[in-house]
Formats: sequence, C-alpha cells, structure tokens
Amino acid sequence: MSENTTAVRPPTAEQPQRGVSALLGSAAGRNTGLVVALVLLCVVGVITAGDRFADVDNVLTILRLAAVIGVVSVGMTFVITGGGIDLSVGAIVALSSVWATTLATQAMANDAHWLVIVFAALAVGAGCGVINGVLIAYGRIVAFIATLAMLAAARGLAEIISNRKTQIVNVPGFTAFFDASVLGVPVLVVIFALVAVVGWVVLNRTTFGRRTFAVGGNPEAARLAGIDVRRHTVLLYTLLGVCCGIAAVMLVARTTTGSSTHGGLYELDAIAAVVIGGTLLSGGRGTIAGTVFGVLIFTTLSNVFTLNNLSISAQAVAKGAIIVVAVLLQQRLARRSGA
Amino acid sequence: MTTTTAPLLSVRGVVKRFPGVTALGGVDFDVRAGEVHCLLGQNGAGKSTLIKVLAGAHRPDEGEIRWQGEVVSFDNPTAAMSSGVAAIYQELDLVAGLSVADNVFLGHELSKAGFTRRAEAHRRTKALLDRLGHPDIPPDRDVGRLSAANQQIVSMARALSRDGRLLIMDEPSAVLDQDEVRTLFRVIRELTAQGVAIVYISHRMEEIREIGDRVTVLKDGRTVATGLPARETRTADLIRLMTGRDVEYAFPPRDPVDPAAPEVLVVRGLAAGERFSGVDFTVRAGEVVGLAGLVGSGRSEILEAVYGARRTTAGTVEVDGKRLRRGNVGAAVRAGVGLCPEERKSQGLLLDQAVYRNITVSTLSAFSRFGFLDNGAERARSQELTTALDVRPPGVDRAVRTLSGGNQQKVVLARWLLRECRVLLLDEPTRGVDVGARSEIYELIRDLSVRGVAVVVVSSEVEEVLGLADRVLVVREGRVVHEGPAREIDESRVLDLVMEGTAA
Repeated sequence: MSENTTAVRPPTAEQPQRGVSALLGSAAGRNTGLVVALVLLCVVGVITAGDRFADVDNVLTILRLAAVIGVVSVGMTFVITGGGIDLSVGAIVALSSVWATTLATQAMANDAHWLVIVFAALAVGAGCGVINGVLIAYGRIVAFIATLAMLAAARGLAEIISNRKTQIVNVPGFTAFFDASVLGVPVLVVIFALVAVVGWVVLNRTTFGRRTFAVGGNPEAARLAGIDVRRHTVLLYTLLGVCCGIAAVMLVARTTTGSSTHGGLYELDAIAAVVIGGTLLSGGRGTIAGTVFGVLIFTTLSNVFTLNNLSISAQAVAKGAIIVVAVLLQQRLARRSGA
Repeated sequence: MTTTTAPLLSVRGVVKRFPGVTALGGVDFDVRAGEVHCLLGQNGAGKSTLIKVLAGAHRPDEGEIRWQGEVVSFDNPTAAMSSGVAAIYQELDLVAGLSVADNVFLGHELSKAGFTRRAEAHRRTKALLDRLGHPDIPPDRDVGRLSAANQQIVSMARALSRDGRLLIMDEPSAVLDQDEVRTLFRVIRELTAQGVAIVYISHRMEEIREIGDRVTVLKDGRTVATGLPARETRTADLIRLMTGRDVEYAFPPRDPVDPAAPEVLVVRGLAAGERFSGVDFTVRAGEVVGLAGLVGSGRSEILEAVYGARRTTAGTVEVDGKRLRRGNVGAAVRAGVGLCPEERKSQGLLLDQAVYRNITVSTLSAFSRFGFLDNGAERARSQELTTALDVRPPGVDRAVRTLSGGNQQKVVLARWLLRECRVLLLDEPTRGVDVGARSEIYELIRDLSVRGVAVVVVSSEVEEVLGLADRVLVVREGRVVHEGPAREIDESRVLDLVMEGTAA
C-alpha cells in the first residue's frame, strides 16, 4: 500500500484538488512529521507550564511572535525554491523599520496618513530586494555573497539613518490599527495568515510559482524552455524584499519602535524554518505549509522555554538540535520515497 | 580468445526490487576472461540496475553472483573494485579539479605514514596510461580539462589501478566521436588480449558487431537470450529479442518538399567569434535540414545560436520574415522556435518534476488566466500528448527522472508539439534512445515536417542525418563546407567532408 503511493507520487506532484480543503488536506498529508513535532511541543508545554501555556493569551502571544518571522519565511521559501538564498533579510527589516519610522517622526508631524509608514517600509524592502536580485541575476554574483554584502550595507545604513538610536513611533492611527483584533485574532496574526495563503496560492497555482520551481529545479533547462530566468530571479528577491517590508511594519507596530537592531539573526531563523519545513535548500522543491509549521515549531519552542525560565542560550541549543533532527528525518523520508 | 575455461563472473537468477517496481526479475549470464560481452536492451530493460548490482552499488534481493567460481556479495563499490570489478558509468565519476593521478588513486591513495606518495602515484599512473595506449595524457593535468574521451581513459586507468579483471562500460561511445570510438576499441582489444573481460553496453548495433564477442539481451529486467555470437546473430533477431516485436530500424519514406513552400527559417551570415562564421541556410515549411559534423565542429553551437541561447557576433536569424532579437531565447520561443537540446537531462528537463509540468513549461500562459494556472487542463492536454506519442508509462504525474531516455525525449518533443512551433531544432534527438523508441522518434519528426514544421537536425550519426533530412549541411571547423540534397550524397562522401584536413 504505502510503497505504491510513495513510489508513484513524486513529492512535487500534487493531486488535483481545489480550494481550502486542498490546502488543508495536502498540508496535513505531507507535513505529518511537523504536525507531530508541534503537538509534542505543545504537550511538553502543557506538562511543564500547565495553564500558563494552555492559555488563550499565551497562544496569541506565540502567534504574534511567529507572525513577523513567518512573513519573512514565506518570502524566503520562494527564494530558496527558486534556487537562491538571502542572508540580508534581517538587515532589510531593520533598514525598512528605521527608514519608515524616520518618515513617521518627521513627516507625520504634518498630519500625513499613517499609511505612509507602511508604503515607505514596503518600498525600502522592495528596493533592497531589487538590488539583491539584479546583482545576482545580471551581475552574476553568487547569491550568498551578494546578500552577505547587503546584510552588511543595509544594517550599516540603518545605523547611519537612525544614529543608532531607537526611534519611538507615536502615531495613534497606526498603533490602533495594528493593535486591533479581528474576531479575537490580532491583526498581526491575520496579516501572517493572509501572506501565507497568498504565498501558497502563488507558489502552487500560478505561472509565477511554476516558473519558480522550474528555475530552481534546473535553471539551464528553464532558460532553454523560454523562461527569462534572470528576470524571474530579480522578481523572487523583490518579493522577499517586500515580505521584509511587511515584516518591518509589523515589527514597528508590535514594538512601537524602529531600530537598526531589529531583525537580528532573522536570516538564520527564516532559513531554518524553511528548511525544516521541507523546502529543498538546493531549489526546485518548496512548501509554504511546511514553512508555516517550521515557524510555529520554533516560536512555540522558545515560548515553552521562556515559561520555564530557561535561558535564551538553552533555547539556541535546542533550536540547533531540532534543525539537525528535522533534516535527518527528512532525508530518511526522501530516501524511502525516492528509490 | 574465448576458451572454455570456467567463467570469470557468473550471474544466476538475480532479482532486484525497488519500492513499486521490480527492476531485475531474473538475470542470468556468464562473462569469460578476455571476452567482450555485450549487454543489449531497451532503456528501462534494467541494464543500469544490473551494472550497479555487479559493481556493488546495489545489493541484489535474490540470486547468486559468482566471481572466479566463488559466491560473492559486494557490499559497496570499493569491495567490488578491490576484487577486480569496476564500472565506468556514463556520467563519469571523476573529480574535476584534481589531477589525473589523484583521480586514479582516489580512495586508495598511495601513502607512507599518512603522507601521499605523489611521485609514485604519478609513475604508476603513467604506466597505466601507457598500457591503455595513451601516453599523451599527463598525470598532473586537471581532469576537468581533459576531453570526454580522455576522461574515459582515466576512468579505465582507475579501474586497472585496482587490478581490474572485469570492466563494465555503460554506453562508452555515447560521448565520443568516431575517431575517439576507434581509439577506445583499440584499447579494449589490448585489454582483452591481456585477459581483462569487458561488459559492454551499447545501443549501437554496428559497435556490437565490431567489438563484441557474445551478446546477452535483457528485456523488462529479465534475460531473454544469452551468449549469442555477436557477429553472426542477425540484427533483426536482436531487435526482436529486445523489443519483443519486429521493428524495422528504418527511416520513414518521404515525399519531396514543395519548392513553393515558404521559407520559415532564414539564417544569414551567422557568426560567433572563433566557434563558427559565415553560416547561411534556409529551411522551408515541411523541410528537414540535417547538420553533419564532428563533435566540436560547431554544429551544436550553430543550433544554439539560432535559438538565441548563445551570443552571436554577426548575422541574422529570421522566422517567418521577422528578425529575432539576438541572444534572446524568449524571443525565439515566442516566434515559434523550439529546441530539443543535446544534453537532455541537464539542459532539457526538470528531472524531479512531473511529466505534465515538463510538457507545459513553455506554454504556461496558454493554461493560465490572470496568472492562475488551470492544473486540470494542463494534465488533460499533457495526457493527450503522452498518449499520442506513446510515452510509457503513461501517467503525467510521474517524475520525469523515472522515465527511460527515449520516453524522456518524447516528453521534450511533446513540449514543442504543444506549442505548435514553426521551427524545431533537434540536437542529437536519439542519443541514449533505444532502437524501438528511435523509430518512433523518426516517425514523429516526419509527422511534424509533414504538418509544415521546419526541422533542423544535428546528429553524430551520419546515417541518421541522411535518413531524416531532405537537405544536408556539412559543418567542419565552424564553417559550412557542403550543402545539398540528402539523396545526392552518401555516407562515405559525408565522412570524407567531415574529416577532411583532420586526417593529416
């Protein structure tokens, strides 16, 4: 039974299903391991922290924390599926947050709408993404190096703009909007959910998504099939840049500050979430649902540790262990179905 | 030198299963010392699996392998190699960046107290290369800078460095031109004279006749005939054994091209630096033009340049009277040009992705509305094409990697059929394709041209160029040295033209 299904159905070929049931069905089906891990973590949380863990407010806290890195990770899933990598996401988040809050503190005085903050952050993120993409696709700089350069430069620029000071945002409309809840769910979490759903649809149901798989799977074959691989690469990094912009807005709203220290090590958190989610680091295979689970696992883990008064250092060790175990398990599964 | 001594290697009832498939369902054959034993079978017959079992890369689930009379079980390739069995795979497993000598002794480095003995390694490598008739290959040269033919020699040297008694060669001629094949055969004859046995896998009947002693035929993972005399067995019989049906290895007959048919593809003065220059030709609707030439003559480069995949320094390409933007594949595809590239796996296919995704990759906009893909329509259209082209197995959700060479080529062809392209450029359309699928691909090319597609075919096999094409262009050292109707030229004349100047 099981050997038949695994052999006949390759991991990237999805069954022809539609709508939300397909999203949930395929997500649960292919991510059993991740679901199990998440459930186990929750069990540990309930046992060790009891009601403090299994509390609605605590769950919302987890989700609010997951939301920001989650949006970045969804974008990262696209770049990695397309055969790339981006180390500069944390720095782009910082630069976007600083740039947007600078505008807020200067221009907001003249009663401009708070949406200016949002658009500024998105524009800065997109701009950084375009630069990354152009350097990689047209400048033929290896993605690792190009985005490493952006990592250094963007954070440096953020420090220059902010003078290394934390910029406090005091724009009532902005804070009110992002602090609100929709049917009890915080707006930040709603935004993450929207980004994830849109990301899933784009990756799995559009020409853009299909081309992403093709470019990541075999760039030469994609080029000879008539796909403009370089343009597509630029679009992928731009998309991730926009995601960083969105994350910056969310972070500014959550902390009511813009700072050049925002988004520290986001690149590692995002890549880790994407990889344990099941996206192939070498490109050509990617899953948004897996990434979402990956983000939730890491966030829940740190929540459980925090509730038990364990240090951040201990969290980091556990995180490292989880990455190794998850990747080992994945390789086992891949080998069993690959033959 | 085939004597009646006990076989060097004997394989009895070997079975190998993978999840969902039985790759080998009972294989029996013997290899004697000093013989060239040919393994023949269509793609998917189980040859590759058998090689891996023999070389220790896979363990058989059932059956017995005797090596020099003793039952053996090779746990890994190193165990097989130290017993004297070595495989030389189609995708050579050499490490570019390391020297020839380093590659030869990779995994069993010569060392003393942990320090490598470079001079000794060089000396022994030199001796091995001399034995293989290639004293010209320097042991300290980076392997990545050698030609495919010389890399193969290095692989053989590596096998011999472990005192190889049996070499398994997987389609060694696929990456070689005719001269290199001749050299390879000379080397093989010298090795067999020294008592080394060769298991030789090839699709090419004429090679089996020339180099083989005995033939074993595999079909669907089983031995259907073994120990047939390589020279006396009739080609028709071998093909029947391989395919289970009578297949005529023949080119479909063709009618003359309508001289009034419009010129679809017009190439004028095309040049790319030193690679080729002054290339002029036209292809009419319904015409097949063949490009003959040696590897490195510029034939594939010309095709790539027409497609916009290679930068040109001069000249123009027009399709239906419209000039294509230089060096732009997208423009060529939009104008209705399709390319089936030479390296199918690395340039043509998304190996881990489903068949239907490979077929629709160049036609995505036809299946999308506002960027949203209609997966059902994609699958349905792909299914129609794979059925029409008889792709086996027929499912479109299967990863392309699991298909055999001929079926993979059909998938690439289906991609361009779906686009209804005006010009089809085929680079080595039957490389790695077995005899049965070959005739089907010839038929397909014929059908396309009858439907008015302008076809350009590049092939190393002169017979194929002459059999398929209406008009033939002979390319030598980046120049077109002959152009004329295919029926007015024969194979030996083409070979003369191809080789001229290189013989001296």
